[in-house]
Amino acid sequence: MAEAKFQKVETGGMNRRRKVLLIIAAGVLALAVISIWGACMDPAKYAPNYEARRLMPSLSHLFGTDHQGRDMFFRTICGLSTSIQIGLLSAVISSLVALFLGSLSAVFGGRVDTAVGFMVDLCMGVPHLILLMLISIAMGGGAAGVITGVAVTHWPNLTRVIRAEVLQVRSAQYVQIARKLGMSKWHIAAKHIVPHVFPQYLVGLILLFPHAILHEAAITFLGYGLPLDTPAVGVILAESMKHLATGMWWLAFFPGIALLLVTQLFDIVGDYLKILIDPHSARQ
Amino acid sequence: MNKGLLRYFGKTVARMLLLLVAVSMISFFLVNNAPMNAVDAFLGEAKVTDEQRALIEERWGLNKPPLERYLIWGNNVLHGDMGESLYYHQPVSKVLKEKFLSSIVLMGTAWILSGLIGFVLGVLSGVYRGTWIDRIIKTFSLVLASTPVFWIGLLMLVVFAVELQWFPLGLAAPIGKSVNDVTLSERIHHLVLPALTLSITGIANIILHTRQKLIDVMESDYVLFAKARGENLKQLVTRHGLRNIALPAITLQFAYFSELFGGSVLAENVFSYPGLGSSAVLAGLHADAPLLLGIALFSALFVFVGNLTANIIYGIIDPQIREGGGING
Repeated sequence: MAEAKFQKVETGGMNRRRKVLLIIAAGVLALAVISIWGACMDPAKYAPNYEARRLMPSLSHLFGTDHQGRDMFFRTICGLSTSIQIGLLSAVISSLVALFLGSLSAVFGGRVDTAVGFMVDLCMGVPHLILLMLISIAMGGGAAGVITGVAVTHWPNLTRVIRAEVLQVRSAQYVQIARKLGMSKWHIAAKHIVPHVFPQYLVGLILLFPHAILHEAAITFLGYGLPLDTPAVGVILAESMKHLATGMWWLAFFPGIALLLVTQLFDIVGDYLKILIDPHSARQ
Repeated sequence: MNKGLLRYFGKTVARMLLLLVAVSMISFFLVNNAPMNAVDAFLGEAKVTDEQRALIEERWGLNKPPLERYLIWGNNVLHGDMGESLYYHQPVSKVLKEKFLSSIVLMGTAWILSGLIGFVLGVLSGVYRGTWIDRIIKTFSLVLASTPVFWIGLLMLVVFAVELQWFPLGLAAPIGKSVNDVTLSERIHHLVLPALTLSITGIANIILHTRQKLIDVMESDYVLFAKARGENLKQLVTRHGLRNIALPAITLQFAYFSELFGGSVLAENVFSYPGLGSSAVLAGLHADAPLLLGIALFSALFVFVGNLTANIIYGIIDPQIREGGGING
């Protein structure tokens, strides 16, 4: 039905759907390549090499080298891989919590709604970074602390969104009419509520990835997250801060750009997924 | 003020006090379960025997059960005594006050800047949806939304402090000057980069939100009808658009207090700005439990003030709540 509204777009022999699918596949592939490449990388590639210290970016060292002569390009890829894995894990956990609590709250209402609302407020009541610090300290730092912290702090927003969406659909006229017509709860949920809420959930989940990854980098940057000897982007940027005044700008610039690109890749995948699921909402 | 409104406010305040208690409990137990040792942090390099250590623990009440310790701490906090910071060797309340005064300048500037710029850009983007203006603003904010605060800070440092040398590398005032001698212009000079960094991160959120809301409104049936009645774009935006999106935008900006605080922790650390954020990090790294707890509690209070304000604005403006419905009902 909705497709009928579109004009036919000429995209070089491909229809719109196929093009969108291709972009999503490319984005996912790129992310997968980075994470696998980084995870399987030989640590010797970014080991200290005191003969090549403080080198500007060049063809042999794409992102330059640091004060110990470590190759920043390989170190960054490795760090990105760590970030993606941690971000993926904690964002998925978070979004599932949000989906569960959000629908629970909207469907049952009353006390359940109040309880979920209280938990959301509690979690939103403390700045995420402070809560992340507290959780990381309580768990003794390291990857476990970061994953727990990010998973525990990132569900409230999406929970609110899902709750609001479900409530809105439930009170919409067509749902009320469906109810008055005697449709079963399951029928209404499957026909009206899920198709409306699912895109929101998916978009919310994808929007969680950058947040999760950035918070991981931030908490590591502050010295609470991953240990200093892991090649994480947060560690790299924290180290770079000591060398900025001496003009080694590439230590901060390239790893940051790379992190930005990865989060952008997640965004692109999310956006095109949105077009695929709900063509109307993504129409420019 | 009518009855419904009063009841709504009463309920909101009670709810928030309850939350504050819950937050204090959670942070207390998180900090207490941490493997960091306050006695070690206090002693530093000094060597003591096990008996002396036990004596210190007894004197600090570290051998009591956690719940009792929480109640003692909570009781003291209610009486205005938050303990002594192990790192600064000063009462926590004094450190908090000092650091907050310096942080609020930074956060306030960034908050106002990001709110104003974000709203204007969001409206522009929503009104001119699909044009190049929209595309530029949208891309800009999407990129910003996934840019780490501290990285922006680092770039600002590289460009404006190291290369161009327009602004100092950090701190709130020139080194070696006593607090009373620092002039206003020196303060502002030191504030520009951190405030800019902090505000940039808040902009994306409000732009995207405002844009989306405006688009929703402009696609609604009542705007279609208004168009059919012959209203022009300006009338459509001011009569139907702004009225509907201003409230969510303001609420969003108050709800953003939490992110603002988090962002200021990062910004302050990059610029060595001596505010609450940098002390929070120092407190954690030096196992300064009293200060860390104080900051956590204070940050919660800060966020609550933001949320409370948002709720009060909602209560005053939204007729549904004014009639006693409540936003959670």
